[in-house]
Amino acid sequence: MIVLIPLAAVAVKSTENGLDGFWTVVTSPQALAALKLTLAVAVIVALINAVFGTLIAWVLVRDRFRGKGVVNAIIDLPFALPTIVASLTLLALYGPKSPLGVDVAYTRVAVALALLFVTLPFVVRSVQPVLHELDRDMEAAAESLGARPRTSFRRIVLPNLLPAILAGVALAFARAVGEIGSVVLISGNLPFKTEVASVFIIGQIESGSLAGAAAVSTVLLFLALIVLVLINLLAWYGRRHDR
Amino acid sequence: MIARYGPRAIALGYLAVLLVLPVGFVFYRTFENGLAPVWDALTNPEAVHALYLTLIMVAIAVPANTIFGVIAALVIVRSKARGRSVLNVLVDIPFAVSPVIVGLSLVLIYGRTGWLGETLGDQGIRVIFTPVGMALATIFVSLPFVVREVVPVLREVGDDQERAAETLGASPWQTFWRVTLPAIRWGVAYGVVLTTARALGEYGAVSVVSGKLVGETETLPLHVEQRFAQFDLTSAYTSAFVLAGIALIVLLIMQMLKPKSEATG
Repeated sequence: MIVLIPLAAVAVKSTENGLDGFWTVVTSPQALAALKLTLAVAVIVALINAVFGTLIAWVLVRDRFRGKGVVNAIIDLPFALPTIVASLTLLALYGPKSPLGVDVAYTRVAVALALLFVTLPFVVRSVQPVLHELDRDMEAAAESLGARPRTSFRRIVLPNLLPAILAGVALAFARAVGEIGSVVLISGNLPFKTEVASVFIIGQIESGSLAGAAAVSTVLLFLALIVLVLINLLAWYGRRHDR
Repeated sequence: MIARYGPRAIALGYLAVLLVLPVGFVFYRTFENGLAPVWDALTNPEAVHALYLTLIMVAIAVPANTIFGVIAALVIVRSKARGRSVLNVLVDIPFAVSPVIVGLSLVLIYGRTGWLGETLGDQGIRVIFTPVGMALATIFVSLPFVVREVVPVLREVGDDQERAAETLGASPWQTFWRVTLPAIRWGVAYGVVLTTARALGEYGAVSVVSGKLVGETETLPLHVEQRFAQFDLTSAYTSAFVLAGIALIVLLIMQMLKPKSEATG
């Protein structure tokens, strides 16, 4: 009840001015630009996470080197670090006074960078245990039959990891769509350029347009709902195949 | 050679560029101008109040979510009540919903024109723009952690020992304290650590609900942003440094708890 009633209030408020009012806000150029940017960046971030998250999990499980324990611990850093601090740290290194000469502040690249930072652990932590449990016999068999490492990875490892990768990607996507703290400093929140949906919502609240804020929120809630259903379907599918 | 070291190099390089370098650099930036300005920023009344308020939020949200989390996990795993699978899905909602929307929903309910806001306002109770609302927001966003950590442990442990305790005449209360709680304690502890981290750093939901009144409803993460907006970089970096320091401690505790929770699980 703590959870449902407030969210119902958002949905009700969004149609305060009728469906037309809802539609006018959601399709206004600024809201549309914010929603499009949020979706596009979230998709890109989810895809990059799928590749690098799996790679990092692979290195952590299969590779051996000194300091692996430390690397494994660092993965959780984005969960422990307050998001506003993440934003400030990225801005310090990749912002106007960058010692590396890389300045991406107030661009869309910066938005993606911030989201990559906060969503890093999802895929790694979802793939790692599955990879750990994965029986190496199948790979050994494939290799003894003459398969090259790449072939055995593609045909044997990847299909086994796919449900875990997808579950992690879905979580990362959901987080990327709703993220605010890490984006707020480094993106500059320029309307039509780097303003993401959650920043747009805050703007609407601060200018007193609660119905407008609620309308865009409802669109995001709908997206979140789809992702939740997908995750549960994947978990169910995974359990069925375990039997 | 490439097949062996290639993935390692790429993975470590990615982590270095994305995580290690930026966070390390903030530590450098904080102390760039020596210790004196850092000390000034640290002892500034606004910053002290922000830290104090942040710790209060943690002190409210963590016990509330620990108690709720353990009860909810018990209901999801042990009871046969109808609606427990619904509860299982509902618990995840704060993870899937943007913190900004959480803040907005609280404003819509407890705000001046909100569903409950008018009634409460008539009795002189204000929630929005006060620490009460901020505590509600913090509880909301950090709700799932304890449940999510305890549910798998409860499933693994099974209910054999609890049944044995009951046959031997233990009351449900005794069974919980003597059998169930010791079995799930590492799961609970790990959940508490994650809840603490989230409650400390929450920005989106709290920023909507708090009204950002300096020295009144400003938590440390909000203080970082406010100082940054005022071009007071040293203060912003110092507050960020404090938060990052706490985050590192949290990370350490997480590592210490992990092997144990895996051993019992």
